[in-house]
Amino acid sequence: MEENMKIPDYMWETLSREEKDKEKIDRPVMTYWQDVWRRLKKNYLAMIGLVTIILIFLIAIFGPYLSSYTFSDQDLEITNQSMSMKHWFGTDSHGRDLLIRVIHGARVSLTVAVVASIVNFFIGIVYGGISGYMGGKVDNIMMRIVDIISTIPLVLYAIILMVVLKRGLSSVILAIGTIYWVRMARIVRGQILSLKELEYVLAAKTLGASTWRILFRHLIPNAMGPIIVTMTMMIPSAIFTESFLSFIGLGVSAPKPSWGSLASDALGGLTSYPYQLFFPSIAICITMLAFNFLGDGLRDALDPRLRK
Amino acid sequence: MGRFIAKRFISMLVTLLFVVTITFFLMHAAPGGPFSREKALPAPILKVIEERFNLDKPVYQQYLIYLKDVAKGDLGPSFQRVGWTVNEIIEKTFPVSAKVGGVSVLLVLILGIPIGIVSALKQNKWQDQLAMFFATLGVTIPSFVIGTLIVHIFSTNLRILPSNGLSTWKHYIGPVIALAGFSLSFVARLTRSSMLEVMQQDYIRTARAKGLSEFTVLTKHALKNALIPVISYVGPLVAAILTGSFVVERIFAISGMGKYFVESVGNRDYTVIMGVTVFYAIFLVVMVFVVDILYGLIDPRIKLDR
Repeated sequence: MEENMKIPDYMWETLSREEKDKEKIDRPVMTYWQDVWRRLKKNYLAMIGLVTIILIFLIAIFGPYLSSYTFSDQDLEITNQSMSMKHWFGTDSHGRDLLIRVIHGARVSLTVAVVASIVNFFIGIVYGGISGYMGGKVDNIMMRIVDIISTIPLVLYAIILMVVLKRGLSSVILAIGTIYWVRMARIVRGQILSLKELEYVLAAKTLGASTWRILFRHLIPNAMGPIIVTMTMMIPSAIFTESFLSFIGLGVSAPKPSWGSLASDALGGLTSYPYQLFFPSIAICITMLAFNFLGDGLRDALDPRLRK
Repeated sequence: MGRFIAKRFISMLVTLLFVVTITFFLMHAAPGGPFSREKALPAPILKVIEERFNLDKPVYQQYLIYLKDVAKGDLGPSFQRVGWTVNEIIEKTFPVSAKVGGVSVLLVLILGIPIGIVSALKQNKWQDQLAMFFATLGVTIPSFVIGTLIVHIFSTNLRILPSNGLSTWKHYIGPVIALAGFSLSFVARLTRSSMLEVMQQDYIRTARAKGLSEFTVLTKHALKNALIPVISYVGPLVAAILTGSFVVERIFAISGMGKYFVESVGNRDYTVIMGVTVFYAIFLVVMVFVVDILYGLIDPRIKLDR
């Protein structure tokens, strides 16, 4: 019987290439991130946001080298001057050029923003994810630690850091870095608590997927919406915390500017020199709008349900 | 459920103990004490004062004394406000902050959630874009700028809003806007984004296919699940807003807890720092607990007592 089934070589015939590809219903294989990038590129608002953010970073890095003024040059002859060709944004109460101060302020504020988002992303999401997914005792202990971190007064904590590290940007960054992920952790945990009961998690478990895989490939992508919203909201919040610390005298020390401290410095002379508040506020607004546009675009691009 | 609550209660007490301990030692590690001033007090007087407040003892002994007092609910006397106990200060300043904060939280919920729902339902239409424009503006302008602008425009120039204290309802407008602005925008955006996600789920299609009215689909099926991230955010927020904001209280000259607290850190009023922190910690821990209970009510699949 078996011998009859054998097909001799001469009976085989090579198929033409055309014929071979006819049945193919494949298309180029894309990794998850390639697909995300492809969809992000289509969203023009998100691309505007991305380009704006890159521009702001470039200005913050290279801007100070292109100006003939520095952030601390005082000229008491020209205090509180309005906008002019020489000083595009006018000058402040010490006669310092406001444009260069806003550009320099971007360095501090953007550093704070970047640190806040990294901390949110890496600590907040992972911490909240693990806590929510593990549940029970682990969750209880992890979330009580979050409670402790969020109740210890920031002001007190900042004072201690100033003593240990000396006053300046590094202690502000450390203060913000250690506490800024708690809100994200709470929100992610809440999402995961609900998502982990869904059928696809059970399916993944049945297929033998590891805990890490379930958490990072299944649960967290599905919680992306609230994560991105929280992220875009925590960035301005961190910038304002820095300015609040400057406001009560614990932030970046004068004459170094940050957007927050520029805004709070301008409040005193608001009636006579409103432009001093206008420019730092506009800088914050544009940056936040850019982050928001990019964030909304990323949210849609990362949504696993929309993936093709 | 009973066991869950009991277990949770114990872990809440442990949390509080940690908060008290860490704050106490951080506070003592900060340079300067409550009675170190630019013009030093004469040594004998300082000695009497320090003995009176146990400040001459080693820090760990002060800590044990403080723990014993706190367990009895006694937060001690204020070092800076002579004749006031910390309990009295909290009793006096908390209601002030809580009134402004309470109105703000209500505003955040009553406006934020519906705005988020409408934006999600009208995704990318003008209603959505208008709402999200204001929501973005709300987060981009810091509260001290909003507050100062309100005082500047409406109180100083137009004279239609009073600028200090809280005697009439008009006094509330400024501080509430400054206090609620950020959270309102946050809640609106969170609601919008999770509504958008929930509305794509299969069970929404099923609910519609069953012939349920759009209102029932929205409130009973969609909103419930969409509210989880909102609750995670609002719970701790209630504790934070009700205990006052330094910036807003300073701008509008409200004598609330937030302002008092930051000042007490400034002049190292040890007992007030501790008292307010303990008070806030209790408040927060309870709110977080309420959030966990709410999770279970909203989504019965979430079981925390396992």
